[in-house]
Amino acid sequence: MKRVDLEIVGVGGQGILTSSQVLGAAALEKDLDVYMSEVHGMAQRGGVVVTTVKIGEEVYSPLIGKGDADVILGFEPIETYRAIEQASKKTWIVTNTQPMVPFTVSVGNEEYPSVDDKILPSLEASTDRLLGLDAEKLAKEAGAAITQNIVMLGALTATDVLPLSKDEMIQAVENQVPEKFVDLNLKAFDKGFDRTKELIESK
Amino acid sequence: MYQMKELLIDDAGRKELLLGNEAIVRGALEAGIGHGSTYPGTPSSEIGNTFEEIAKDYGMYFEYSANEKVAMETAAAAAVSGVRSMAWMKHVGVNVASDALMTLMYAGTRAGMVIVAAGDPSMHSSQNEQDNRFYSLLGNIPMLEPTTPHEAKEMTKYAFDLSEKLELPVLVRTTTRVNHARGVVTFDDLEEPDDQGHFEKDPARFVSVPQNARKNHPRLLERMEKAEPISEESQFTKVIEEDDPELHVISSGAGFNYIQEAKEEYDLPISILKLGMTNPLPIERVKDYIEEAERVLVVEELEPFLEEKVKALAKEVNPDLDIYGKESGHFSRLFEYNPDRIKDALADLIGFEDQAEPLSPEEYELPSRPPSLCPGCPHRGTYYSVKQALGDQEAVFSSDIGCYTLGVQDPLNTADFLLCMGSSVGAAGGFSKNTDQQVFAFLGDSTFFHSGLAPLVSGVYNDHDFVYVIMDNRTTAMTGHQPHPGTGKTGMGEPAPMLSIEELAEGAGVEFVETVDPYDIEKTTEVFERAIEHDGISVVVPKHPCALIEQGEVSWEPYQVNQEECRQCHLCTNKFGCIALVREGEKVIIDETQCVGCGQCAQICPFDAIEQGVEE
Repeated sequence: MKRVDLEIVGVGGQGILTSSQVLGAAALEKDLDVYMSEVHGMAQRGGVVVTTVKIGEEVYSPLIGKGDADVILGFEPIETYRAIEQASKKTWIVTNTQPMVPFTVSVGNEEYPSVDDKILPSLEASTDRLLGLDAEKLAKEAGAAITQNIVMLGALTATDVLPLSKDEMIQAVENQVPEKFVDLNLKAFDKGFDRTKELIESK
Repeated sequence: MYQMKELLIDDAGRKELLLGNEAIVRGALEAGIGHGSTYPGTPSSEIGNTFEEIAKDYGMYFEYSANEKVAMETAAAAAVSGVRSMAWMKHVGVNVASDALMTLMYAGTRAGMVIVAAGDPSMHSSQNEQDNRFYSLLGNIPMLEPTTPHEAKEMTKYAFDLSEKLELPVLVRTTTRVNHARGVVTFDDLEEPDDQGHFEKDPARFVSVPQNARKNHPRLLERMEKAEPISEESQFTKVIEEDDPELHVISSGAGFNYIQEAKEEYDLPISILKLGMTNPLPIERVKDYIEEAERVLVVEELEPFLEEKVKALAKEVNPDLDIYGKESGHFSRLFEYNPDRIKDALADLIGFEDQAEPLSPEEYELPSRPPSLCPGCPHRGTYYSVKQALGDQEAVFSSDIGCYTLGVQDPLNTADFLLCMGSSVGAAGGFSKNTDQQVFAFLGDSTFFHSGLAPLVSGVYNDHDFVYVIMDNRTTAMTGHQPHPGTGKTGMGEPAPMLSIEELAEGAGVEFVETVDPYDIEKTTEVFERAIEHDGISVVVPKHPCALIEQGEVSWEPYQVNQEECRQCHLCTNKFGCIALVREGEKVIIDETQCVGCGQCAQICPFDAIEQGVEE
């Protein structure tokens, strides 16, 4: 089995740690080796969060080299863009299209490039494997904006890159989220999964 | 979710996906730890958070000490009383504790004592990236360097036995990519915790007056000699063999992960000597490894700690050996390693060709996203009020370690000088004596108890003149909300006396001591105006719980900008700068997913355009 390397990027507070831990738990359940790196401490305060998850028979290091990621799971469009060096043509780039504007922009010091006119078109131009979805909207449709991290896990699962089936991922979500939120999160998972399958089929 | 209590499951062979810090806890539990003490600091904080959850159930004692030095001293007392103990801290915490540690090494310990020093190459959450391995040389401390979470567990457990064998504390030196890596850890049997100890007096050993210290120092050196054969035999040394290798590699710590991965993934013709115990170094093992080699690459993050030793040993056994590393320019002394840095070195040394072709789409100037004060953070109101009180008057802002350091950013700009925990106060005194500028010291409640008292006393004594702002958000916020001496709760979850910052300041002889809720901008500004006027040290305690804690307990309706009233003066974004206030062209709107309804911004709007419950 070939190792699968995922880079999960976004902003502190978006639930990235939870989603990477769900993924890790699913892999461990299947008796695979997992090595992850997480961000704790100061950087979590609204800063950039970069988490890696590597799954395989034997995994030796917690970080990913340039161009080596199998998937970039971006919770925020410019953070996806910032991580693009980790991707090559083979990499699935699954990104939320809904921006989170940093304060450097809201105070007027810097500019946020247009997602629709700049970020997405230039990604489209460099790879055939871009999958953009509005995770916030899908999460709200599922019942709560806070579930967008699980929407993104559904989207990731739809790429079929993981050595884990949809059922195994759903089982991990059920095990890892608090019981009273299981239905909500499974709905969010399906929203992300279905939307991404549509995107892949339309390619 | 994964529960920390699962660390207490006595089930050898069980596999869990653990954070390095949780693995360290498990290692200590498998060794029968009886005492744990710390002051929280990234990347070591989750060790304490975990003990906080499980110490009672396991049956050990755990405390958040006021600072790392106290943590070291309490752990030392436990170990000399026959109770296995551990003190852990971030790398710079060892600086605080080092006064105790350097002399503790002379007397040594009885029961096993382990010190975990968590370094932070690349400074993800730190003020420097000092290489703490040098403490092992400075203090003659046996040292282990884990590479993975599983090895962190194994080494922690082993370190207790090693400590007892040598009667010396043992240093387990980690880095962020071990502490904050998550990997599969296999459990061994749990050990019962060491219960009540008894201190057998031996003043000739434990009272470090000069005549005793002169005997203890040679004893320390003898014990370190005893450690040498142990290091030679260490189970944590391994050689990854290769027939007729093009390159020999010597490595320790997190850097080993990347060189091992490169070898396995690309089937490279290199052999690797991986070291686990790096003080004392297994000199014979290293000599054997390099004796027949032609070229050796040393892979270690930060300083050339191993590299210098390899050079010295090569002079003895293989003077023609080519040694690559920092001095050759293949690696830098800066920042953490990653797969790319390893590949770059290998490209030059063995002609490694990386097949990966990273995407390079059109480059855009992307906005930066530094960490920032949270929406609802009471520190923002404090800083804004200070600026209001000062008006056009210039001031020096002496800052400290905590969330409030984020005041350094636009638009608040309330940090001008920062060294370390507690430095705001001593430095403020120095500024007040050597400049004619108005001076402020900003530090938090937990940092005040850590190291804000001694400079306060010193300042009162020496007639320093500054505004001492103790920003009391009722917790140790930055590291994940640990309790401290002002919170009324211990690390074991027991009720504790709630130490009053105000009474401590008054007791130190401060005449001006005022407490104010920083959510009330007008009142807070007025207090600061009077504090500036006051001669000598004036203590102001802006007191309001951390927004992240308060939002777990109360829920307020988000605010909105009434666009009919808003004159687009942008004072709210340009001077206050809450991240929930977002500019859309000239328009300012409030991001309702971020706004927590604290109402601070509504107070500063000169046109009363920020309101609750308005339809836009």
